[in-house]
Amino acid sequence: MQFFFNFGRYLVLMKKAFGRPLNFRYFLKQLVAEIDAIGLNSLGIVTIISVFIGAVLVIQAGYQMQNPLIPAYTLGYGVRESIILEFAPTIVSLILAGKIGSSIASQIGTMRITEQIDALDIMGVNSASFLIFPKIVAGLLSFPFLVLISMMIGITGGYLAAVLWGISSSANFIAGLEYWFVPFEIVYAIIKATFYSFLIVSISSYYGYYAKGGAVDVGRASTKAVVYASVAILLSNLILTKLILG
Amino acid sequence: MIEVKHLCKSFDDKQVLFDINVVFEKGKQNLIIGQSGSGKTVLLKCLVGLFQPEEGHVLFNDRDFTAMNEKQKKNVRKEIGMLFQGGALFDSMSVMQNVMFPLQMFSDMSKAEQITRANFCIDRVGLEDAHDKLPAEISGGMQKRAAIARAIALNPKYLFCDEPNSGLDPKTGVVIDKLIEEITQEFQITTIINTHDMNSVLEHGDYINYIYKGKLWWKGDKMNFLATDNPELQDFIYSTEILKRLKPSR
Repeated sequence: MQFFFNFGRYLVLMKKAFGRPLNFRYFLKQLVAEIDAIGLNSLGIVTIISVFIGAVLVIQAGYQMQNPLIPAYTLGYGVRESIILEFAPTIVSLILAGKIGSSIASQIGTMRITEQIDALDIMGVNSASFLIFPKIVAGLLSFPFLVLISMMIGITGGYLAAVLWGISSSANFIAGLEYWFVPFEIVYAIIKATFYSFLIVSISSYYGYYAKGGAVDVGRASTKAVVYASVAILLSNLILTKLILG
Repeated sequence: MIEVKHLCKSFDDKQVLFDINVVFEKGKQNLIIGQSGSGKTVLLKCLVGLFQPEEGHVLFNDRDFTAMNEKQKKNVRKEIGMLFQGGALFDSMSVMQNVMFPLQMFSDMSKAEQITRANFCIDRVGLEDAHDKLPAEISGGMQKRAAIARAIALNPKYLFCDEPNSGLDPKTGVVIDKLIEEITQEFQITTIINTHDMNSVLEHGDYINYIYKGKLWWKGDKMNFLATDNPELQDFIYSTEILKRLKPSR
């Protein structure tokens, strides 16, 4: 019952959030600030995660592929596929759900409990649209780039690990990267990332917007935002993968 | 002028306000007083449209706010300024940006005119040196003054204040009360103040409305206030030992 209540209220909030911005110039200003907060500020963590995921993937895959019957290029091929199809869009999004989700939920939640959202409403500003819409647009614009960057850095990390630790030769690894490359897989990853960005931003905004009480409740809202955004990512991953590749 | 007719409000099964009928006069400080939990803040939030009452009407100069659609309400909201208990300044914006915000959103002024108006409001509340400060960098009293500057930026016809001097030392509280009084008279605003501070009531209240257990228990002007024979209101007025000693004997 609680699920249906929350889901219904979430849909109503999203309808409000997609209202026309009151002042377009102000919206653009907010959008730039949100792209900075959601996109540029996430570059560091995305780089670190991606380089380590790529390197660990190569070590693990190399450990499992010590059979001489397996072609040498398989390592590069496997790493490329894993990173493009799953690690870059999904794992990076799960980690960003923690970083961005908690930040958005606590920011909007604090505005709620300190009556800043009431102040917007009394002025006649659509608070949902004013606070949430720029974040959603910024997420939709930033996530595809973050995922593309994650792919490049992950593969580079894998390549460096393979070559520096002698798991594979440079030529074999690159041959694997080039083997049977399907460009649509990049499109698939970007579609997934776009969905995830919407889920992360909208779910976190929802829990922040309806926070009530004090600091403890904002903390709780923030935790809920991260948990439910992560579950939504995993669920939509299954559905999208089945729909697009299944 | 704001007129409230037969206003009732409940939360789940609990009725909080019962058949409130009151008129708030223009150019006057209309006080809503009562104990914590009596329904003052709920009444104030019903007046500004943050809560939708189950029954009753709120009329802003004969315009029924409760019966309006969102677009019509938006037009009335442009005439409303509100001072929240905690100030409710946008914490990512400086004092100047906070005051500029309603002007940027709703006025047809040029950028230069907006800046002039914002400067006037900030100077009017005595915050000349705090233009570029963030709310976290100024004191509670200065935050309240900045919030008043933001509330009057669009030249409102109606000013709502929710416990304007709560959390402030008595001296700063008096400064804020005085400022609200001056602004009310200067701009002929209909001001509604929600308070349980007896100093504010005695010094600055033109009309006083006492809410008791969700009902409008007593209303009248300052002159009749202390002489009331209403037992619940007497209990409220003379709740401290000092005031009990000042209680006129009959």
